Amino acid sequence: MQNNTPSEAVSTAPRSAMLIDHVSKSFPILNANGTPGRGTFNVFEGVKFDIREGEFLTMIGHSGCGKSTLLNIMAGFDKPTEGGIIVDGKQVTAPGLDRMVVFQSFALMPWLTCFDNVRVAVRSAHPDWTKQQVNQHTQKYIDTMGLTGSENKRPALLSGGMKQRVGIARAFCVDPTVLLLDEPFAQIDALTRGVIQDELMRMWQTVNATVFMVTHDVDEAILLSDRIALMTNGPNARLAEIIDVDIPRPRTREQLIEMPEYMRLRNHILKFLISHSRRAPAAQETVGTPAAAAAPTPSVEEVCS
Amino acid sequence: MPDWIVRLNVAPKLISLSLLGVMLLGWHLATARDAFVQGNLSDTELMTMEFNGDIIRDENDNYIFNPAKISGIPGPMAVAKKCREEFSHPFHTNGTNDHGIAHLVWYTISRFSIGFLAAAFVGIFVGVMIGLSPLLLQSINPFLQVLKPISPLAWMPLLLYTVQKPQLTAILVVFMAAIWPTIANTAFGVSNIREDYLRVASLLQFNWFRRLFKVILPGAAPAIVAGLRISFGSALVAVVPAEMLLGELGVGYLTWIEWNNLDIAGVLFAILVVGVVGYAMDLLFNRAARGVGYAE
Repeated sequence: MQNNTPSEAVSTAPRSAMLIDHVSKSFPILNANGTPGRGTFNVFEGVKFDIREGEFLTMIGHSGCGKSTLLNIMAGFDKPTEGGIIVDGKQVTAPGLDRMVVFQSFALMPWLTCFDNVRVAVRSAHPDWTKQQVNQHTQKYIDTMGLTGSENKRPALLSGGMKQRVGIARAFCVDPTVLLLDEPFAQIDALTRGVIQDELMRMWQTVNATVFMVTHDVDEAILLSDRIALMTNGPNARLAEIIDVDIPRPRTREQLIEMPEYMRLRNHILKFLISHSRRAPAAQETVGTPAAAAAPTPSVEEVCS
Repeated sequence: MPDWIVRLNVAPKLISLSLLGVMLLGWHLATARDAFVQGNLSDTELMTMEFNGDIIRDENDNYIFNPAKISGIPGPMAVAKKCREEFSHPFHTNGTNDHGIAHLVWYTISRFSIGFLAAAFVGIFVGVMIGLSPLLLQSINPFLQVLKPISPLAWMPLLLYTVQKPQLTAILVVFMAAIWPTIANTAFGVSNIREDYLRVASLLQFNWFRRLFKVILPGAAPAIVAGLRISFGSALVAVVPAEMLLGELGVGYLTWIEWNNLDIAGVLFAILVVGVVGYAMDLLFNRAARGVGYAE
């Protein structure tokens, strides 16, 4: 099987790190009393794209479009109803060190120190290393994320921003094929967020990682990404388009807001999101599934925030 | 305020001490008896009382109450005297039933420790096994719910009949008191471990063993320790009546021995010893439990 080379643009595109091959996810509709009802609720269907080696790809969509579900499927936490995930020419179905996840909720082991939270990942990735090698490698990533001095603190003593730094260090230190970031800055206050975004970018550039991020923050997506994938509203969400971000790096927030290209992209994405939030009720009628009523329709303010 | 007052946290200690003083004084006043007043008692009545040993003559030939024949609750001075007497020979052994107080404390602590540690070990093991499988937890939970409220002493006749040895029965009563809260809490803690931690474990390709010892047990540790704490308390409560009913030497049985001797000061002394031993064991447990817990 030659799945690692997508049929389009074979000559120009760099090697694909991960192929999301016509993935659909649907849940059985439950009656009010919890028994299985008739029919299924399609979260998204036929999602197909590839993540190129070394790129930063961000997916944007309204809440309920299934972007976190898609990320869980890519990580192996969840199974797709149709289609599959292909990494290095092989289909993957279980979680693994080649697809490390940065969690929205940090998911640090609270009984371990910061250092040990990172070290446990290094040890898993390199079982043959000596203790000294493991410690050195761990320290390198701790330092890159600006955690020097907090090595022996438990996560409970740290702010959200510091916790997510540990989460990012833990994910990068095993050198995964693709990094999956599930709304990594959603629980961090706005001022700290910018600093950690910069650190994430520095880390991504130093280790040449491939990153897939899910977010609903438009500015964050433009600042960090090479390409941005836009999802329509669920149910029956689809991948609408993938847009290129043609802004040279290194990017800074101050430069960005003065660039016409930035404003063009921002308006494009916002228009897309707003038009899809207006169209949402109509989409529900055509689908006609009772569970569609549960999908929230975010306000314009929420989109622009 | 001077620095040392703040540092030593003097205020609560001062209040505790004065409360103790007030209680002792109240106890003393409530139990103190007036000196014997002859009043208008006839010589015949006095002779009868002297013959019964209620009153004796002191060195000046005056009648006083016989201090050896006190009725009612003894005062703090009598209990203090008893304490001094017991602690003057803590390691003596006179026959089968008269062992020094240090021996008795040791018997109780070792009996309690064996039963509690065995229950902790078995309880954590069974709890983890049940907690790992939601199916098993749901099917075993009804049994746990029925077994948990049974008083450990209710098992005693059955245990005595089965194992025949009172020494072993006393340990098993402690075991029965301690096992159920540990099983229930461990199973609860293991089954409610946060999904995130398990996801990290599967990302990092932990095998079953590493997953259990690096994620599940540390994650469930606060719940397990909470279960052990409940077990510890109920085992400590169960050990005293178990000793009494089985006639096994220990601080619990001491109360009963002193009651048989009609030595109420001795009974009060034994109660105090039970309290102090329980407090010391609890301190030890807390020392051991510290460091296992974590804050989210």
